[in-house]
Amino acid sequence: MEAQTLYEKLWSSHVVHQEADGTALIYIDRHLVHEVTSPQAFEGLKLAGRKPWRISSIVATADHNTPTDHWDLGIQDPVSRQQVETLDSNMREVGSLAYFPFKDLRQGIIHVIGPENGTTLPGMTVVCGDSHTSTHGAFACLAHGIGTSEVEHVMATQCLLQKRSKTMLVRVDGVPGRGVTAKDIVLAIIGRIGTAGGTGYAIEFGGSAIRALSMEGRMTICNMALEAGARAGLVAVDETTIAYLEGKPFAPRDAAWDQAVAYWRTLTSDEGAVFDKVVELDAATIEPQVTWGTSPEMVTTIGGHVPDPAKVDDPTRREGMERALKYMGLVPNTPISEIAVDQVFIGSCTNSRIEDLREAAAVAKGRTKAGNVRRVLVVPGSGLVKRQAEAEGLHEVFLAAGFEWREPGCSMCLAMNADRLEPGERCASTSNRNFEGRQGAGGRTHLVSPAMAAAAAVTGHFADVRELN
Amino acid sequence: MKPFTVLEALVAPLDRANVDTDAIIPKQFLKSIKRSGFGPNLFDEWRYLDVGQPGQDSTNRPKNPDFVLNQPRYQGAQVLLARDNFGCGSSREHAPWAMEDYGFRVIIGPSFADIFFNNCFKNGLLPIQLPAAEVDELFRQCEATEGYQLKVDLAAQTVVRPDGKVIPFEVDPFRKECLFNGWDDIGLTLRHADKIRAFEEQRRLQHPYYFS
Repeated sequence: MEAQTLYEKLWSSHVVHQEADGTALIYIDRHLVHEVTSPQAFEGLKLAGRKPWRISSIVATADHNTPTDHWDLGIQDPVSRQQVETLDSNMREVGSLAYFPFKDLRQGIIHVIGPENGTTLPGMTVVCGDSHTSTHGAFACLAHGIGTSEVEHVMATQCLLQKRSKTMLVRVDGVPGRGVTAKDIVLAIIGRIGTAGGTGYAIEFGGSAIRALSMEGRMTICNMALEAGARAGLVAVDETTIAYLEGKPFAPRDAAWDQAVAYWRTLTSDEGAVFDKVVELDAATIEPQVTWGTSPEMVTTIGGHVPDPAKVDDPTRREGMERALKYMGLVPNTPISEIAVDQVFIGSCTNSRIEDLREAAAVAKGRTKAGNVRRVLVVPGSGLVKRQAEAEGLHEVFLAAGFEWREPGCSMCLAMNADRLEPGERCASTSNRNFEGRQGAGGRTHLVSPAMAAAAAVTGHFADVRELN
Repeated sequence: MKPFTVLEALVAPLDRANVDTDAIIPKQFLKSIKRSGFGPNLFDEWRYLDVGQPGQDSTNRPKNPDFVLNQPRYQGAQVLLARDNFGCGSSREHAPWAMEDYGFRVIIGPSFADIFFNNCFKNGLLPIQLPAAEVDELFRQCEATEGYQLKVDLAAQTVVRPDGKVIPFEVDPFRKECLFNGWDDIGLTLRHADKIRAFEEQRRLQHPYYFS
C-alpha cells in the first residue's frame, strides 16, 4: 500500500459519503460543546423537530462567560448568566456523555478538560464550535473548529461536510535552548509561515523537538496551528501520548485499552509519505518570542526591536504595520526589552495546563510583581489543573509574588467575562491572539510563553527569561 | 437560507489585511443566544467612537467618520472588497450573521480564512476569491468611482465590472448548488442517514472504545 500521511489515515477512516466534487461527509466521534456557539444550534434543532444523533458523543462545559473570582456570587452579568443557564437547560434536555457545569470540580476550558478527562482519544474526529479545537490534534485526532450551523449539523447527523485538506509537515529538529518553550516554537513557526501560511492545510508537526515535548507542549503547538491559518494541527502518536492517556477517567481500560493502543500505534505518517508542503526549523536557533503587533505573525525575539514600516516596500503590508504600531502605541526600533507592561495574563487554552503553571512559578518563585504592573492574573485551565497546582504549592508561589490566583475559565484571553484590559493598557499574555480589542476594547496584547509572562510580571517590562534564572 | 442567484449592487472597499472575526463582531455581542440582530454591531470598534454593549440601541451612538462604511457614498453596499486572510481568528458564526444582517451578500478578496469562508456558505453569503491583481484593480476602480457597482452571477461564476470586463471565479460545485437553491445542509445530509448508520455500526464494532 502507498505510504500515507497521518492526516490521510484519519481522513479516509472517517469518510461516510463523498460528492462528485470531493465534498465528503465525515463521521464525528467527539463533539465538544460550550455556551457561546451552541444556543442557536440547539434552538435550530428544536425548531426543525430534530433530535441529536448520538448524545454519547457530546462533552460540554461552560467556560467563556464564567467569572474567575467570587464564585459564591454566581455570574453577575445577566447576559452572560443567561447564556450559561441556556447551556444548563439544553444539557438537561438533550443529555451528554459528560457535562461539567459552572462550579463543577472538573469544569474548565473545553480544550483543557477534553484531554485531561480522556474524552479526546487518538484516531478520533473531534469538533467544537471554537477555532482552537485544533488543540486536540496533539493526540493524533482530526480536530476542527466549526461554526454554529455546523454544530447543529453535527448534532443532527453526526457528520460534518468537509473537503480534504492539503498536507503540510512542519519539522522542528534539534534541541531548543534553555528557556525556550513550545509557545516560542509555535510563535517562531507562525513568524516563518505567516497567519495565512497554513490556510487550506492540515499541519503535522514532527521532528525531534516536537517528539521531545510533553502532551501539554504539543497541545500548545496544535492550539496555535489555527493562528497559522490551518484548521487542523496534528502530532503522531508515540509513547508520550499513550502514557498521558493511561488511567484517564474516560480512557478505555483493560482489554479495550490494549486493543485501542494497538490501533493508536499505527497513527503516524508512514515512512516515505509525501506532504504537499514541508517547512523545516532548527529548534536550536529559536529564541524566546514576543509579538509586537496585532496579528500573531507580527512577532520577534526578546533581543529584537519593534520593526520599522519605512523599510517595507509592499504598501498593504506597510500600512498594516503602521496601523498595528499606532494601535499598540509603539515606536519603530524600540528594543522589545524596554516595553513596559500594565497587566500580565497567564492562562487560556494555549497555556493554562499544569506544565505552563510550573514554568511560570519557577520564574515567579522568590520574586515579586513589579510596581508598575497593575495586575497579574493566573487562571488555571480547569478545576483539576487548579487542584494539582495547589497540591504542588504553585498557588503559594504566585500569591507570594503578588499575583492573583483565580478560578478556571477562558478569562482574559477573550475578555467575555469581567477580566479585561482597560483602553490603552498593555499586557504580556500567554493566550493566542493579539488582535485589536481582543482582551478588552483598546487593550494592547503581546503574546509570550508562561515563563516570559512571569518574567515581565516581576521586572515590569519584557525581559529575557534566560537572564533571570 | 436565502438563495443566491444574481446580484448587482454597490461596492464598499475595506482596505486592510488580516481582518479578524473579533473585529467583525466583538466578543460582548457573542453573549446573545439568537442568530439575528448583529448588523448594527458589525465592525463595532471601528464603526463607533464609544464601546458598544449588547442590547444597546446603536442608532444614536457616535460614529467614527474615518471608517469606510460610515461614508455616505457606501451606504447600502452589498458587496465588500477585502484584502488577504479576511475572517481569520475565531470560528464565531456571529461574523457572517453580522455581515448578512448588515446587508452584505458578497465578499471579494484575494484569500479568506477557512472557517469563516465555510460559515459564509451556510448563511447565504458568497465569498469570492480572486487573484490579488484583480482585487487591486477593483479597489482602484471602486475608490475612484462614486456609486461603483458590480454584478455577481453565481450560475455563470462571474463578476462583471462596470467597464464590461468579466472576471470568472471558482466555487465548489456542491457549495454552489446549495447556495444557489438556498438548501439546508442538514436536510441534504439526512438523505444519507442509512449510510451514516451503517458506517457508525461498523465503527462501533471495529473501535468500541470510541463509543463508551
